[in-house]
Amino acid sequence: MNDLRSQLAKQKRYDAIFVNATKAFAILVLLSLGGILLSLIVGAWPSITEFGLGFYTSNNWDTVNDQYGALAPIYGTIVTSLIAIAIAVPVSFGIAIFLTELCPNFLKKPLGIAIELLAGIPSIIYGMWGLFVFAPYFSEHIQPWLIENIGPLPIIGQVFTGAPMGLGMFTASLVLAIMIIPFIAATMRDVFSVVPDLLKESAYGMGATTWEVMFKIILPYTKAGVVGGVILGLGRALGETMAVTFLIGNAFNISPSLFTSGVTITSALANEFAEASSELHLASLLHLGLILFVITFIVLSISKLMLMRIDQKAGH
Amino acid sequence: MTLATVTTDNDQTSQPTSRFEDRYNKRLYHKRRLINRLGLGFAISAIAFGLFWLTWILLTLFVEGFQGLIEMPVFMADTPPPMGDGGLRNAIIGSLMIALLGLAIGTPVGMMAGIYLAEFSQGSLLGKVTRFLNDILLSAPSIVIGLFVYALMVKGQSFSGWAGAVALALIVIPIVVRTTENMLNLVPNTLREAAYALGTPKWKLISTVTLKAAKAGLTTGVLLAFARITGETAPLLFTALNNQYFSTDMSQPMANLPNTIYQFAMSPYDNWHALAWAAALLITMTVLIVNILARFIGGKDHTR
Repeated sequence: MNDLRSQLAKQKRYDAIFVNATKAFAILVLLSLGGILLSLIVGAWPSITEFGLGFYTSNNWDTVNDQYGALAPIYGTIVTSLIAIAIAVPVSFGIAIFLTELCPNFLKKPLGIAIELLAGIPSIIYGMWGLFVFAPYFSEHIQPWLIENIGPLPIIGQVFTGAPMGLGMFTASLVLAIMIIPFIAATMRDVFSVVPDLLKESAYGMGATTWEVMFKIILPYTKAGVVGGVILGLGRALGETMAVTFLIGNAFNISPSLFTSGVTITSALANEFAEASSELHLASLLHLGLILFVITFIVLSISKLMLMRIDQKAGH
Repeated sequence: MTLATVTTDNDQTSQPTSRFEDRYNKRLYHKRRLINRLGLGFAISAIAFGLFWLTWILLTLFVEGFQGLIEMPVFMADTPPPMGDGGLRNAIIGSLMIALLGLAIGTPVGMMAGIYLAEFSQGSLLGKVTRFLNDILLSAPSIVIGLFVYALMVKGQSFSGWAGAVALALIVIPIVVRTTENMLNLVPNTLREAAYALGTPKWKLISTVTLKAAKAGLTTGVLLAFARITGETAPLLFTALNNQYFSTDMSQPMANLPNTIYQFAMSPYDNWHALAWAAALLITMTVLIVNILARFIGGKDHTR
């Protein structure tokens, strides 16, 4: 009896150690996120105290005179991400519709895999392909036509002027869009497949067309999930580094034209970090990293909250 | 009145006064049909759009990559100076070493945290917060993770392979936590209850019953994490940097494929471009093969 009791006590001790060990690792995951935030703030502190709020409104990034203003990178990040979303959302919506409603059954799996392949290609490959293949083609065949024909128009022409370089905000945004399409399309497809068949069949039974079922039944039902998916894509687009670095041209200027070079937070970091000369330069770059981290954190949190809501609706 | 209409119903079929074709609103119906056709046409063109880019990218990658593989002694020689022949041997070995080490560090941490979330958290606040923050870490910009590891391990010391491995481990951990939790949640509770009924302590239950049951899914998670980190460039930019020579010293900068591509592609030299394409092909093939392997082992829907 005593032997049994001591054995039980021993196992209880082992159990306590094991459970607490797993708890410790879970806390480690939390700590790493907190650590990232803390280390960025500590690293960016010299820049925060030196420039204060002026950092966000000044467009003067001067490494020679140690004056730094983040307006150009912030502008570039936001504009490229927004244009990428503008291109990617309709296309992903079309792909999700196709995969859930129109696709013949034998094609569903291969096409789904093909879209996931797009997601799996590393971003540096997109950058290289964009630099060597797409940008030259774009600058020789498509850009001159756009600049000649749409450039002279009054307001919208402002967006399409400039030299036909191939690189620039537009190319970067387009490749960014191609990169985030799989994520948004996969989320939309998952969310669309959760809609109860009863709802769809009732609509079809009343004579609704496929498009009407899509727009008036499925989309309102999955609103939160669709928005969550779009914001998830936005979060990814904001943080994308290598593809953008290859294609954006890396010039610290703000211009309404999409064909000029620009700069994003990620491309500024990738280009300048290894050669950052002064302490203030390094701190300003870390300050940029901090801004990016905070923005993506907020965007991803919003997305997660919306996707959790659609999970609740599905009964998970 | 009603009776009269019923009895004269049969006559109406030969002389119908309310055929469908006369009753319905033609314009509205045709408009709805047109919108439907346009919408579905748009959906088809959307998927054609996606597939077009995929095929263009993969085709270019294969054509240029194979050219590079044939021209240069990719597996035999190390990275060359601007002109002349060379290979990618040091970059391949370096990438493998850093990635495997990153996996070795990240997988146990991720699995333990995933086990906690699936088995022991029971809806507690710590579990919910960890799950939420883990998903955010999953999609966080990888360059920020590189900055963090830089501040932690490189500042004041030197760029090293260890720092690169830690950065990759930080990317592996959220993926492994998520797949571990999902896979462990799929194991039926009856298995656990049967083991408990036999007097199994918790640690033994997890290691001999639950993990074994979820083995396939867990392997899938690790493989997917491996596929993700082989292509990651940004975290290695500030941690492992790059190395022109062959070195297995992890405490110094290490050569790795993605950074080699970055350096070579941005340069004006042709031989470097050919090697960059070859490296790109190698990375993409690895990612595709590992993804197919993971899908094969995992079986059903495992990714989200």
